[in-house]
Amino acid sequence: MSTLRLRTRRLDLRNGLIDMSHGAGGRASAQLIDEIFRAAFNNPLLNRGDDQAAFDVAAGRMVISTDGYVISPLFFPGGDIGSLAVHGTINDLAMAGARPLHLAAGYIIEEGFPLGDLQRIAQSMARAARDAGVAIVTGDTKVVERGKGDGVFITTTGIGVVPPSLDLSADRPRPGDQVILSGCIGDHGVAVMSKRNNLSFETDILSDSAALHGLVAEMVRAAAGSLRVMRDPTRGGLAAALNEVAQQSGTGFVIEEDQIPVRAEVAAACELLGLDPLYVASEGKLVAIVAPEAADILVAAMRAHPLGRDAARIGQVIADEQCFVQMTTSFGGGRIVDWLAGEQLPRIC
Amino acid sequence: MKHIDEYRDGGLARAMAATIAREAISGRHYQFMEFCGGHTHAISRYGIEDLLPGNVQMVHGPGCPVCVLPVGRIDDAIRLAMRPEVTLCTYADLMRVPASAGTNLLKAKAAGADIRMVYSTLDAIRIAETEPDRQVVFFAIGFETTTPPTAVAIKLARKKRLGNFSVFCNHVLTPPAMRAILDSPDERAIRVDGFVGPAHVSTVTGTSPYESLAAEFAKPVVVAGFEPLDVVQAILMLIRQINEGRHDVENQYFRLVTTQGNRIAQREMEDVFELRPSFEWRGLGELPLSALRLRDIYADLDAERRFAIETVAAADNPACECGDVLRGLKKPAECKLFGTLCSPETPMGSCMVSPEGACAAHWTYGRFRDRTRTGASQGAT
Repeated sequence: MSTLRLRTRRLDLRNGLIDMSHGAGGRASAQLIDEIFRAAFNNPLLNRGDDQAAFDVAAGRMVISTDGYVISPLFFPGGDIGSLAVHGTINDLAMAGARPLHLAAGYIIEEGFPLGDLQRIAQSMARAARDAGVAIVTGDTKVVERGKGDGVFITTTGIGVVPPSLDLSADRPRPGDQVILSGCIGDHGVAVMSKRNNLSFETDILSDSAALHGLVAEMVRAAAGSLRVMRDPTRGGLAAALNEVAQQSGTGFVIEEDQIPVRAEVAAACELLGLDPLYVASEGKLVAIVAPEAADILVAAMRAHPLGRDAARIGQVIADEQCFVQMTTSFGGGRIVDWLAGEQLPRIC
Repeated sequence: MKHIDEYRDGGLARAMAATIAREAISGRHYQFMEFCGGHTHAISRYGIEDLLPGNVQMVHGPGCPVCVLPVGRIDDAIRLAMRPEVTLCTYADLMRVPASAGTNLLKAKAAGADIRMVYSTLDAIRIAETEPDRQVVFFAIGFETTTPPTAVAIKLARKKRLGNFSVFCNHVLTPPAMRAILDSPDERAIRVDGFVGPAHVSTVTGTSPYESLAAEFAKPVVVAGFEPLDVVQAILMLIRQINEGRHDVENQYFRLVTTQGNRIAQREMEDVFELRPSFEWRGLGELPLSALRLRDIYADLDAERRFAIETVAAADNPACECGDVLRGLKKPAECKLFGTLCSPETPMGSCMVSPEGACAAHWTYGRFRDRTRTGASQGAT
């Protein structure tokens, strides 16, 4: 991002639209970056205006993660594509137990996209990043012709540092380990779903989109040595998260339907839409596998944090070479919680 | 959730299971068919098998609308959708149902066919209104439950003079399928001691259509809702009928189902549809007077006539045993494709597609039981 000081008319954020010149690398591009992104993200590394951000590396292990955001609609109850793009990537870092340091953001914007909406998204990203104590230090914008995108797509890449004592990995769970869920599942998926054009229904449910590294830091403080692995149940929901870990660790799970917190409104919306909350995405929840002796300590530590108030022990790891995730239903029978076949909800993140 | 949680109560379930265990006479084997895919799904989803004693067994029936649609009709739909002027509107369940030559609607869509997934017939009407240049065809399937909405859409299209809307009708009827199960000439035909009768279908038809079947074949029918306690209670009611030597039609689902059913819905169906002389069902073969087509007065809204569709019967994959599964002759895991070549991601047969299909339900919820029963898994690799 190059610095540019020109006496030009400022962007018309009320009525202006993205045109191809905003992606052509000339003055219009520079002005867009300056007035929307740099104005929102405002931090020393970004303000330097180089094509990259340079910084010193802390001791410990670095983690890096990247994620693309293509959600529709762009604005939904409880968040928008901007806040989601910050939280989602921070959470990918946090699931390694990392403290997130910096984010990079890439935008693919469709010709005709309102500048006002772009500013709203950038400001939302800035707010989410500031609240999380993370800076967006470098970025990129591209413009594609009308019809070649869907408003705006965002990719964020994050880096973070893992404390030296910590070694989380999906091959570590052992039979007897406990499964802890940080709170109610499915809020994000249902909130987004409620605003879809062809499906809109009235609900007060907000997306739970949130950065989880603060909660993770408390968990690490309470039970670092006993934590095996953590996952955030985003696309595919809790079912996908547990099946992934089961596959990677070569173990099985038995969970108790009764113990899994689901908001009544979410359960009702799922009932109406024929969805199973176990497959509906959350964007501010995590599931942790922990050694049995540390489970109570961990749950207590999580409940003391605002994002872990409803934390609950929902099941345990068992030996199973077929890696089934089994569930005892509230009704009293057993079933599998399988991988999702096909798509349950399109483009929710 | 009020009016939902009551029907999923674990405490009541355990109490009812204890009653079943007490009343099922030991040494006697009870084999009931749940007719509907909705029941099959509930049995698998809630693990109802685990609540039943060993001498009470459930057999899955043919009541899954997606499952019984024959390959030839899916081929017709794909050919329709490939016509450049046609927009085919379908319920999402149908997208993955295997057609001939390894195709399905999902692949046809990827290849450029204009296929849209809708939630109701009225969505299809709306598309026809907003896109007057497209020939919008609604791919109508299902039993008596989904037939009235199709009838309403046809009448609405007539009223709105929608010249670009038509219906590809594949609606089928429940009683002929039940008769086909009971009256099977197949020497392998299984013994069915009674039926858990259709839920949503019966809200439309009422319980009276089952009276003659119950009497003729001396089999009890208990119409039951789709909630798990409904199913467990219906099983108990069937056991009591058997023990008392009765074969009545009883109504467990009386909160929604009456003897005569929904007269308005029946009248709508009657206005718009007439019986076909015969229709092919996947698994059950050609069944006389088992399906509906549009009456002549609605011929202009009939896609079969508008596009001169001549259905060519097409064979299922020869290794696929959906036919036997639909008639209760085989359990899903007894098919050699189950979990090897056939899974919900790559279904070879229709029963692996719809969530109501017996194979999909067993794969999704129940396959962990296979290893405990047989000592070795027949499921996932």
